[in-house]
Amino acid sequence: MADTATQAPTDVRPPKHVVYCGVCTLPPEYCEYGGTTKKCSDWLAATHPSLHRQLYSADAAAASLSTLSVDAQKRAEKDAQKKAAKAEANEVREAEKRASSKIIIKRVERNKRKYVTEIAGLEAFGLDLKKVAKEFGKKFATGSSVTKTASGGEEITVQGDVSDEVVDWLGEHHEEIPEDNIEQVEDKKKKSAPTV
Amino acid sequence: MFKKEFTPGSKSKVKSSAQRAIRTKILETYPRLEPHVDELLPKKEQLDLLKIPDRVSLYCLGTTPLFWQHMDDAIMPHLQVVHKYPWAFPRIRIDRGAIRFVLSGATLMVPGLTSPGGRLPGDPEAGEEYGNGGKDLEVGDVVVVEAEGKENACMVGVLKMGTKEMKEKKKGVGIENGHFVGDGLWKLDLS
Repeated sequence: MADTATQAPTDVRPPKHVVYCGVCTLPPEYCEYGGTTKKCSDWLAATHPSLHRQLYSADAAAASLSTLSVDAQKRAEKDAQKKAAKAEANEVREAEKRASSKIIIKRVERNKRKYVTEIAGLEAFGLDLKKVAKEFGKKFATGSSVTKTASGGEEITVQGDVSDEVVDWLGEHHEEIPEDNIEQVEDKKKKSAPTV
Repeated sequence: MFKKEFTPGSKSKVKSSAQRAIRTKILETYPRLEPHVDELLPKKEQLDLLKIPDRVSLYCLGTTPLFWQHMDDAIMPHLQVVHKYPWAFPRIRIDRGAIRFVLSGATLMVPGLTSPGGRLPGDPEAGEEYGNGGKDLEVGDVVVVEAEGKENACMVGVLKMGTKEMKEKKKGVGIENGHFVGDGLWKLDLS
């Protein structure tokens, strides 16, 4: 019992409050290993200037490099540069994909004047298909599922003709998707003119 | 273990009997967490159990992850918990050069702990933080890995080699398959 008494005082500290970087979600001291160092540094300077001065000051950088041998330093720098370049290339690619990829909403006839709406191209915008499919099912009180297309991609199939409502929903919930990227098509069975 | 990102699976409430069992297990494995366990796992609130790929269960409280467990192995704290209460867990330290590798999910090898920047319990310079009361840690112990020059822990995992053996052999695998900062589990969005 005697030793728990000596241990207890040090242990009842309030929880430590840790700031996590807004860019890479790591504690700011680990931002340099994330590949987005410059952005992280800017974010930190804007939101927590005191921390920024602490971590990115000249002596902090010198102290961290001094403990590594010269070769290790060079390697560490090269790796950091490669990571940053990769992260940038990835981002550019994603941005391009977003700008060019279209969401195609198709209305396909099932049988006896019943329709099915197929929505393809949502993954390019980072939407979780299963979640979105479920939401559609709930919203429109109808069946909805994720299916694979012939070309290998995935699309959401919603029973009934909900193509217009889907467009509205996308505009409301995901405003980052520009309207020109959404295309509405009617699979030709009876109707002839496709609507845009 | 969580090198790749993943989406959460099913979320279910934990029965209070199971919750009590988890509480006692946590107190058993981490005795120094006792004064804080009420803050972490309030008795009144119900834990959520989230299933994630690879037979891993994650216990969380609303949007805060708490502990995770692979199959029936030791129950381990999420690093967010470790950052809040670092003194509650046995800690070791890796040297600066090993940080990059740990943060990309590599296996932690012993040289990272025995080289000049590293700290193991029983080391002369270990001090109060890494001393663990002078006792060596054994195989299978859950240990938190901090990094030289950093305030917050970077990894948590199960020891594959006792610290005494590490000091003798100075080679081999230290910790495998742990949870590290920035991995799939860390980036998991619980909203």
